[in-house]
Formats: sequence, C-alpha cells, structure tokens
Amino acid sequence: MLDTLLAPLGQGFLALMGFIGLNADLMDRYGLRFLSGVWVTIELVGLSMVFGALLALPLAIARVEGGKISSRLAFGYSYFFRGTPLLAQTFLVYYGAGQFREFFTDIGLWWFFRDAFNCAVFTFTLNTAAYQAEILRGGLQSLQVGQSEGGKSLGLTRYQIYRTILLPQAYAVGLRPLGNEVVLMIKSSAIASVVTVYDLMGVTRLAFSRSYDMEVYLWAAALYLIMVEIVRRVWNVLERRLNRHVAVSR
Amino acid sequence: MEFLTLLSFGPGGWGDEIARGALLTIELALTTLPFGLALGLLVALGKDAPSPVARAAANIFTTVFRGLPELLTLFIVYYGGQMLLTRIAGYFSPGANVEVNQFLAGVAALGLVLAAFSSEVFYAALKAVPRGQKEAAFALGLPKWQAFRLVVFPQLWRVALPGLSNNWMVLMKDTSLVSVIAINDLMRQTAIAVGVTKQPFFFYLVACLIYLAFSILSSLVLTRAEARASRGLKRAGAK
Repeated sequence: MLDTLLAPLGQGFLALMGFIGLNADLMDRYGLRFLSGVWVTIELVGLSMVFGALLALPLAIARVEGGKISSRLAFGYSYFFRGTPLLAQTFLVYYGAGQFREFFTDIGLWWFFRDAFNCAVFTFTLNTAAYQAEILRGGLQSLQVGQSEGGKSLGLTRYQIYRTILLPQAYAVGLRPLGNEVVLMIKSSAIASVVTVYDLMGVTRLAFSRSYDMEVYLWAAALYLIMVEIVRRVWNVLERRLNRHVAVSR
Repeated sequence: MEFLTLLSFGPGGWGDEIARGALLTIELALTTLPFGLALGLLVALGKDAPSPVARAAANIFTTVFRGLPELLTLFIVYYGGQMLLTRIAGYFSPGANVEVNQFLAGVAALGLVLAAFSSEVFYAALKAVPRGQKEAAFALGLPKWQAFRLVVFPQLWRVALPGLSNNWMVLMKDTSLVSVIAINDLMRQTAIAVGVTKQPFFFYLVACLIYLAFSILSSLVLTRAEARASRGLKRAGAK
C-alpha cells in the first residue's frame, strides 16, 4: 500500500531532479542511502546532545558551587575538551579503546566500544558536555544572589531551588548559545565518518569513491545546510516562546 | 620509561616525527590566518555595502561556509579543485592530470571557513564604531581608504579582537582535519606512529596535549594583545 504510493512519488522526485540538471541515475542509486545517512547524523547529534546535557548539569554545578577540588576538576575537564580537536578525541576513544580490549571485555563493556557509532556518540557526548557546562555556568552566574536567597527564605531545599528557580532561568539565558552548540554538533558529527560511521558524510564519501561524481558533495552540502537552517528556525521560535516574558526592545 | 623511549628523538622514537607534524600544524594555521582574516574583512565590508548585490553575496557566503561541516568544505575544495583544474588544463593539453597541492587545498578550505566566521565578528565590530568617526575623518579631508585605515580600523580592531581570538582557537583545532587528505600534520604523524607502535591511547593523548599546549599558549598571547589593543580605553571602575 505504502509502496504503491511512494514509488510514483520517488519517480516524480527523480524526474524533477533530472529536470533541474542533477544526475537522476546517481540519485536513484544512492538517494536512499543518503536518507539513511541523514538519519544516522540526526541520531548522532540527538543522542550526544541529550547525554551531554545530562553530564553538563553536574559539571556546571560543580563549577558554580563546588569546593576547590571539584570546581577545578570541572574546569580542567572543560578546558581539555574545548582545547583539543574533536578528531583527536574521537581517535583517542575509538582506537584507544581497542588497545584496552581485554580490560573492557573483563568489565563487560567491550560490546559498547567495539562499535564505531557508539564510540562516536561517547566522544561527542564528552565533548558537547564541556561546552554545554560552560553555557550553563554562564547562565547560572548571570543570576542575582536574590534568586537563591528568595528560594531559601521560602523554605525550599537546595534541590528545589535549582529545579524550580535557578535552572529554568539559566537555560533561558543560555538558549541562544545552546542553539549554536546544536549547529556546531551537526557540523562536527561529520568527523564520525573518519572512524567508519556511515552518517551523511560517510555515505557521501562512499558514493564519491564509487562514482567519482562531485555532485554527491553538493547534495551533502545542501542536506547539511537544510539541517542547520531547520535548527536555526526552530530555535528562533523556541526563543520567542520561552523568553516571551522578557521585555525585548526591538 | 618505555613511553619515554617512544617519544625520543632519533630512529627509535617518534619525537622528531611528531614535532615536525606539530610544526606543520602551526605553519598551516599561521598561513591560513592572513588569508582568512583579509577575506573575512572584505566579506564584512560587503555586508555593510550600499549595493544589495554585494550584501546578498556576502550573506550567502557566510551562511554557506558557516553551515557546512569543515570536513565537507575541505573535500569540496580538494576534490572539486582537482577536477576543475584538470578540466581547465584539459582544454590546453588534452589528457593532462592536475594534482592539487594538499597544503594549498587545506589553506584554501580553512581560509574560507575562517573568513565566514570572522566576517561576522568584523561586521559586529564595524557596527560598534560610531558613524561620527567616519564622518569626522571625511570632514578632515581624508580619502576613503585612509579614513578606514587610520580612523575606523584601529577602533574596529579593539572590538573585534576577542571574537577573532575565538576564531583562531577554532582554526587551530580545525587544522587537524587536513590529516584526512594526507597532509603530514600533527594528527597524521601521530596516526603513523600509532600504526607502527600499536600504542593508540598514548600517542593520541600526546597529540591532544600538544594541541592543548597550543591553545594555552595562544590564549596567553591573545590576552596580552587584547590588553594592548584597548590600551587607549578607560573602563568605568578601572584604575
């Protein structure tokens, strides 16, 4: 049922692409692979952003509230992951894990690090957590002391103060840089292709190595630009909705 | 101890290979810098130009090269440049095959990315310089170029420097990507060392620490440059 509906749609799309001067044969052969590549890229970015956000929370709080040791550790973590190339980090995890294969087998984690996709998500998570922690820290530090004092005088626990007063405001302040981080992540995720993940970039390199047609790079460029543009638009809407209580002079 | 031997200079160790790679990484970043910044300034001026065509072109340039993954830009410049030049050379002598120099391709690709990001910084800085400054320069009878060079640019520079410092840090990390098109930079030399010694964790950690050292060094230099650029400025509350 779905096939009979989709087949003519696909044919029509290919005819249109051929009409505007693109290579329809090539697209017929690799089009679906490109779609799956886009999906892998979305998975990479989505998973890393969510896990990164979870990891960023304790890091940011350690920077703001922590004692000498924990705040310095959190600072060192951020500094390392923001000061070194993501490619080097990815190689460190992917090839480095292979070196400690016996250790990982012993603790029952080898199945995880055996897979390039998992390694990429793991590395990207560590990386984006460092950036997100800095964004969140900036947001937390921009709030006035009165915010947490007000919470205390209402008899809220520290956890409640963070959950209901500080974090929502910190995320509102950091909304725009967080959007930039999503865009950066989409772009950086292309690095996964270097460790044999077939994300959009990986599929493109595969298609190019077989066809030697530059056009596939242009498709990839268009698809990446579309993804980035969608995130930008969504973020503009989010910002308008979530920050509507903030008076903006425009 | 065993690791120290691995890093020693000479036939048994990889110290000299990695140092050469690190040098090439710096060379690549420093060669890209002037091209990228010059193009970025040009694009920023384009965004500020009265002509709508120049504005549109500048904005499209920024949108494209800020939105594309750096790796993709690199491949497009490298393979695309190769094919384009081969085709052009084919007109003059059929069957000619042109090899694009990897270093130049790396500089071109990284330069385009740097230009796109720095143009945003320059543009914002351009907006921060009050109109009156330019008008006063014109009133003094300075020609357009001198008004820009002597009056607007020094003020623009101060505002732009923190943003440009950021761009430089990103550029230095992005240079690692050129190892994918077989330039013998720090990353690739490390990969070669790993291939022979089978010590990926150690060598990639060393590479990370070298990049980190570059970052720390740059931020030290740039903080001083920022202080120097704003030496003529008094802040409220400062001594």
